[in-house]
Amino acid sequence: MTGNHQTLALLLFSVFVAVTLAITTWVSRNRHGSAEEFYAGGRLFSPMENGFAIAGDYMSAASFLGISGLIALFGYDGLLYSVGFLVAWLVVLLLVAELVRNCGRFTLADVIAARMRERPVRIAAGTSSVTVSVLYLVAQMVGAGSLVALLLGSTGGAVQEWTVVGVGGLMVIYVSLGGMRATTWIQIVKAVLLMGGAITLTVLVLVRFHGDFDQLLRTAAQRSGHGAAFLAPGLKYGGDWTARLDFISLGLALVLGTAGLPHILSRFYTVPTARAARRSVVWSIGLIGSFYLMTIVLGFGAAAIVGSDAVRGSNAAGNTAVPLLALDLGGGPDSTGGTVLFAVVAAVAFATILAVVAGITLASSASVAHDLYASLRRPHAKPRSEVAVARVAAAGIGVVAIALGLLARDLNVAFLVGLAFAVAASANLPVLLYSLFWRNFTTRGAVWAVYGGLVPALILVVLSPVVSGSETSLFPGVDFQFFPLENPGLVSIPLGFLAGWLGTVTSPEPPDEAKHAETEVRALTGAGAV
Amino acid sequence: MEKHDGREVAQTRAGDRGVLGDPWYDALASGWGELDGTGAPAPAVPPQAAPPERRAAAIYLEVQRSAAFQEVRSRYRRFAFPAAAAFFAWYLAYILAATTAPGLMGRPVAGAVNVAMLAGLGQFLSTFLLTWLYSRHARLRRDRAALELRWDTQEMTRVIEGGQR
Repeated sequence: MTGNHQTLALLLFSVFVAVTLAITTWVSRNRHGSAEEFYAGGRLFSPMENGFAIAGDYMSAASFLGISGLIALFGYDGLLYSVGFLVAWLVVLLLVAELVRNCGRFTLADVIAARMRERPVRIAAGTSSVTVSVLYLVAQMVGAGSLVALLLGSTGGAVQEWTVVGVGGLMVIYVSLGGMRATTWIQIVKAVLLMGGAITLTVLVLVRFHGDFDQLLRTAAQRSGHGAAFLAPGLKYGGDWTARLDFISLGLALVLGTAGLPHILSRFYTVPTARAARRSVVWSIGLIGSFYLMTIVLGFGAAAIVGSDAVRGSNAAGNTAVPLLALDLGGGPDSTGGTVLFAVVAAVAFATILAVVAGITLASSASVAHDLYASLRRPHAKPRSEVAVARVAAAGIGVVAIALGLLARDLNVAFLVGLAFAVAASANLPVLLYSLFWRNFTTRGAVWAVYGGLVPALILVVLSPVVSGSETSLFPGVDFQFFPLENPGLVSIPLGFLAGWLGTVTSPEPPDEAKHAETEVRALTGAGAV
Repeated sequence: MEKHDGREVAQTRAGDRGVLGDPWYDALASGWGELDGTGAPAPAVPPQAAPPERRAAAIYLEVQRSAAFQEVRSRYRRFAFPAAAAFFAWYLAYILAATTAPGLMGRPVAGAVNVAMLAGLGQFLSTFLLTWLYSRHARLRRDRAALELRWDTQEMTRVIEGGQR
């Protein structure tokens, strides 16, 4: 990769950063700092705008580069990710989006606290939301570091570290100055850029094969060196039973975790009604679905045009498959077209990461200020403005994420994302579904459901081969590995549901019938919704 | 006396639906199918003795037990629950087949396209289809009734809150 690519890519990075900073300044002019404004952007986004913003929040660089790369290397097994990430949206659409919009104000804890004793429930849900957000954030930061180092052709640690620090600093600026309104517009710009980039490359791949998808698949299978096996599952997850169970665990976490991601839930509060929330999910399913369909074309296209070996040679995890494909589609490394396309893809990937981290930071600062600080501060302390606390929290989370991102920089990004989804599915989803649909659910059940999912998920990760006991572990020297799977979802998600049920049936207090009635009526009709 | 108000209203509603001739109930019972906005019911105001939050709770209990609300809820649940169960089962079957039966999934169908490709594409298509069906169902069969209930409920709680001020 020559200097031209890097100069142009850096230029486009800078343009994107400048544009987003301009957006942040523009939308934050003359705004009074109300909580409504900071957390929910005034609640007046249209369904289409919010649909683009949701898609922007969800489609991370791990999807754009990671999934295409996995398909380029392992064929069909990479496609399983695409399917899981999309199907997950049905849980959100059918069971969560509208009801959450109607019941809550800013966070997940609002929905649960509406029918429970407020303090313990807020502390529990706030803790798990912040945990999930930080895990997801670290994944994105690590991804940003290695991506930028990769795209700039430098493998040195310094570039990676400065990228993590720079991304962290930018996201704190976006969030604490611009709040939800700026974050949403950044997501929208990013979603448009990402879709535009993906469409351009997909069209170029299809043109190369004269629109013949069958020909594309056959060429990909042939150039991968695996033949027909490339087009069937099993290359990556077809080994022993541990590997297969691990994949099932990951598949469950992907499909159930999305509905528990705090930064996705908080997006539904930016539209005025439940109907608008539903329509924004429909928009985002359309966008996300077509995006993942395109990643399939891009992945097989990279295998067919660049070749699996060339992809593997550039980056063992396959993360450079799409940039290499862009270079080739543009006319080769020495052509203007190739240079431009490569730089565009790099800039789009960078924009993707910046936008995603901003969304997560905002959601977790809301959890800190609105749930944890409000519940834990001394009752007679001087009350501070919640928004001021949230701005400080955004900076604090930025510092934590930068530190963890630097520590974890050698961990696999896809693993970290899968882990965040598994924790979200174990700690947040059971309590959310029980609160919305179970008449007899109690405060104790809610608290148990959160901790009963969160604690096992985290413990199982510590005891897994990811942390110790194998050569690729975080601590390869020691061995306290006990749990064979890398992803805890298969065990911890049922445990979360079980703990919620157990806490409820052993609860000494009866369920609050009146509050359940209020929650149910509000959830389904929107009465009293803010 | 004050503490029992909500519960009393609730029990009469649950035990003896519609016989009381309560205007709130009647209008809803006849109106959910043809909510045309005419003849909106005069909101029933619970006894004045109870404190406002108690009476608000009574209103929500009352609405929850009204036939109109039950209809909205069962329309929602009759669609969302089976649909959620169906797609989840279909997704589980898909990943189980991919991990345990790669031979079946690798069977060629046409050209380079095999069973696995079709199943993956099927997941995409079923997601799009279900999204369309659900939003259509909600738009045509639920939104108007839910909106009517929303205004009626807010009207009732507003009367209470207004009376307090």
